Amino acid sequence: MQDSAVLEMRGICKYFPGVKALQNVDFTLRQGEIHALMGENGAGKSTLIKVLTGVYEKDGGEIFIEGHEGAVSIRSPQDAQNAGISTVYQEITLCPNLTVAENMYIGRTKGALTNWKKMNEGAGKLLEALDIPAVPTQQLGSCSIAVQQMVAIARAVDMDCKVLILDEPTSSLDEQEVEKLFKLMRDLKAKGVGIIFVTHFLDQVYEVCDRITVLRDGQLVGEYIIEDLPRVQLVSKMLGKELDDMASIKNDSDAAAVDLGTPVLEAKGLSSAEGIKPFDFNIHKGEVNGFTGLLGSGRSECVRAIFGADKKTGGEVFMDGEKVKIHKPLDAMKHGIGYLPEDRKQDGIVGDLSVRENIILALQVMKGFFKPFSRAQAEAFADEYIKLLEIKTASSDTPIKQLSGGNQQKVILARWLLTNPKYLILDEPTRGIDVGTKIEIQKLVLKLAGEGKSVTFISSEIDEMLRTCSRLMVMRDRKLVGELSGDDLSQTKIMATIAGGEN
Amino acid sequence: MTKLASPEKKTFGAKFKELASNQIFIPVAALLLLVLFNLIADPGFFKITLGQNSNGDPVLSGYLITILNNASELVILAIGMTLVTAASGGQDISVGANIAIAGSVILRILCGNQGARPETMQAPIIVAFLAACAVSMLFGAFNGTLVAYFKIQPMVATLILFTAGRSIAAWINNNQLPIISDASFGYFGNFIPGIPVPTPVFIAIACVIVIMLVLKFTTLGLLTQSVGINSHSSRLNGIDPAFVKFITYVILGLCVAVAGLIKVSRISSINYSVIAKDIEMDAILAVALGGNALSGGKFNMWGSILGAYVIQFLTTTLYKFNVASDALPAYKAVVVILLVVMSAPVVREKMGKAMKSAASKKTAKEAK
Repeated sequence: MQDSAVLEMRGICKYFPGVKALQNVDFTLRQGEIHALMGENGAGKSTLIKVLTGVYEKDGGEIFIEGHEGAVSIRSPQDAQNAGISTVYQEITLCPNLTVAENMYIGRTKGALTNWKKMNEGAGKLLEALDIPAVPTQQLGSCSIAVQQMVAIARAVDMDCKVLILDEPTSSLDEQEVEKLFKLMRDLKAKGVGIIFVTHFLDQVYEVCDRITVLRDGQLVGEYIIEDLPRVQLVSKMLGKELDDMASIKNDSDAAAVDLGTPVLEAKGLSSAEGIKPFDFNIHKGEVNGFTGLLGSGRSECVRAIFGADKKTGGEVFMDGEKVKIHKPLDAMKHGIGYLPEDRKQDGIVGDLSVRENIILALQVMKGFFKPFSRAQAEAFADEYIKLLEIKTASSDTPIKQLSGGNQQKVILARWLLTNPKYLILDEPTRGIDVGTKIEIQKLVLKLAGEGKSVTFISSEIDEMLRTCSRLMVMRDRKLVGELSGDDLSQTKIMATIAGGEN
Repeated sequence: MTKLASPEKKTFGAKFKELASNQIFIPVAALLLLVLFNLIADPGFFKITLGQNSNGDPVLSGYLITILNNASELVILAIGMTLVTAASGGQDISVGANIAIAGSVILRILCGNQGARPETMQAPIIVAFLAACAVSMLFGAFNGTLVAYFKIQPMVATLILFTAGRSIAAWINNNQLPIISDASFGYFGNFIPGIPVPTPVFIAIACVIVIMLVLKFTTLGLLTQSVGINSHSSRLNGIDPAFVKFITYVILGLCVAVAGLIKVSRISSINYSVIAKDIEMDAILAVALGGNALSGGKFNMWGSILGAYVIQFLTTTLYKFNVASDALPAYKAVVVILLVVMSAPVVREKMGKAMKSAASKKTAKEAK
C-alpha cells in the first residue's frame, strides 16, 4: 500500500449472470484528494462503489484500508461504515417516512434507547452548519429531492469517515446547491478525507477534482492527474473512440423543415393542481422545443399537465386544431402523445418486469385488455429496439432493474418510440447518463423531428437545450415568463430570462 | 473418459442452480418429498380402489382422491388470492367469512319461503349460484373499494368482513340451519352418479383452465404485476392502478362464490361458524409456497396452484398418521416453516450456489 493512500483496491472482479461487470480493476484513493471515477453507463462505476461499500460481494480481488492490517473483508454496508467508508448514492436511499433527524442517525445509535432531544439538536446543528434548508423533525419525504440528497450527504459527513463516496450527488441539485456541496467537499478534503466523486458532469470534475480514474466496459482504462488529461481526451478515453464533433449535431436539424401550419398541439390557459399558473403553449410538426428554468420552476409540471398526469384545473388543449379532452395519461396516449418522465426510478421503469415487458407496456395498454401481444411478437419488438438503441442487456428477459441507469432510460425511450407518437415529451432524458448516450439521445431527438414528429425536450443543461431546441419556454416560479427563439437563443439571454433581469 | 464427463457434470451443476432458483422448484420439491415420505412409510397411501357408494354408484376412493377432492376449494381461492396479492401487495383475510355468506345465499334461495327444510328446491341451483356470485362479487367490490380507492391496507380493510361475515351469513337465513334434501344439490360437492371422480376436482380443474385462458388471452397478468411493482409508472403508461386493484378483489369474490357452492354442497347444509374456517390462511400460504412475494408484483399462478395441493397433501398425510386434529396445526406449522424458509429467495440463491460448487468440486476430484 502506498504511504499516502487511504484506500487501495486491487484486481477487483464482479460477475453478474451473463455480464462481467468488473474485471481486474485497480483503484487508489489518497489522503485529502477528490478523485473522480468516470465512465459510460455500464462501465462499472456503480458496481465498483457497491463492492467497496459491501452492497455486492466481490468475486475476486483485495481491498486495503489505512489503519487495517492486510486485506479487509467488507461483506455488508455496516462493515464498510465501520471501516470508515461513507456513501451517498445516486438514488436516494433514505426512508421518506422518517424524519430528517431520524434518517441522519438511523443505524448509528448505541443501545436500545434513543435520546430524541439530543438527536434532534445534533441534527439541527449539522443542518445549520451545512446550510441545508430542512428542519430535523420534518418528514424526509416532504423535502424536495435536492434537500433529501443533501440530508444524505450530511448523514455521511457526520459519520467521521475517512473515505466519502459521492455517487452522482449533483444530478438533482441546482447550481447554487452544487456550489454549496463543492465548498463542503473542499472543507472535507482539507481535513484529510479522501473523496470518491462519481458524476457525469465534466465541468464539475474539472472544477473540483484532483485525479481521475476512467473505467470502460468493466475494465480499468487508467488513472490520471487532472492537469494531464484535457477534456477531449477524457471523453475519448471514456468512449474508447474519438468523440463526434458536438457542434455538428445541430446542423442536421436546420435542414429539417418545421411545418408552420396548424400546431400539432396547442394549449390555451392550461393550469394544473400542482400550482402551475395558466400558460399557453404550442408545438408544430417537426419542431423541437423545450421548457427551461431552475429546478422546481414548474418545467415538469407543465408537460405533466399536457399529458394528463396531474389533475387539470383549467384551460383547453387542441390537437391539429381540434379540441381534445385529456383527463388521464391514456387519453393523451390515444391522441399520439408520449411522455418520458423525469424520475426514472419512481415513474419510469417497472423494476421487476423484464426489459421486453417494459418496452411493450405502453403499446400493450393502448392496444387493449383483450388483445395481448404474442410472446413472439413482443420479443420481436424488444429485439428490434434493443438493437436500434443499442441497449446493453444480457437478454430481453432480464429484469430492467438490473440495467444501468442509461440503459434503463433507453428502454423507456424504446417504450414510447414503439407507440409511434406524433408528439413526444422527454423530461430530463439525459439526467444521470454518460456523455456518449447523451449525444445519442440528442441525435435521436433531432432525427425524430426530421421524420416529422414533434418533440418537447427538458434538460437542466442549457447547452444541451441550445443544441436541440429551436424554441424555448422559460419558467420561473411556476409561471411561463418568456419564449425565446431564433437569435434570442443564447446562453446569456436564457440566463437573463430565468433570473428575471429585464433586457 | 473423465475429460469427456466433466463438461457434462458442470452443466448439471449449472442446470441444478437454474432449477433451484426457479420459483416452481420449492412446491414441486415439497410435493416430491411428501410423496417419498409416504412411499417409505406406507405405500398403501397411494392405493386407489374402485368401490360403490350406498346408492350403488361407482366411486374411487383412496388418499390421493381425498387430497385432490379436498384441495379444490383451496386451489380456487389461491387463484384469486394470487391476483389480489400481486396487484395490491396485500391479502384478503375475509375469504372464509365470505364463503359462509355465499353458501348462506345459495341455501336461502333454494329454500325460498318453505322454511329451513324444504321438500323440494324452490329455485334452480344455477339461479342460487348466480345470486351467490353476485353477492360475493359485491362484497369483493366492497373490499376492493376500501383498498383501491380509500387506500386502506388490505389486511385492515378485509378485517371488517372477516369479523362481520359469519354473522351476516347467519342473518341471511335467520340463524337457522337449512338442509336441502334433494340429492342433485349434493352433486357439486360429492359425486355425480356414474362418474367415479369427485365433482370438486373437475370444478377446480375448470377454474384453473379458465384462469390460464384469461392470463393468456388478456393482459390481466401484465397489468396486475405492473401495478403491484410500480403504480406510478403504471399510471403514466395509461393503466388505472386503482381499477386494476379493485377488479382483482372482484375476481376473488367470484372464486369465493364457487368455493362456497362446493362447501355447502358437500354437506347439503351449513354451519356458520365452522364452514371454511381458517381457509384464508391456507390460501395465503398457498400463494407464498408458490414462491410469490406477499408484497406483490411478479407472480406465478402455477406456483400458487401447486402450493394449494401441497398444503392439502400435507394435511391429509398428517391425518393419515393419526395426528390428533387438535395437534394438527402445530405439526403443520413445523413443515410450513421449513417450506417457507426454503422458498425464500435468499435461501434459494445460497442453495443454488452450494450445489454448483459441490458439483464442480466433485468434477475436480474426478478429473484428478
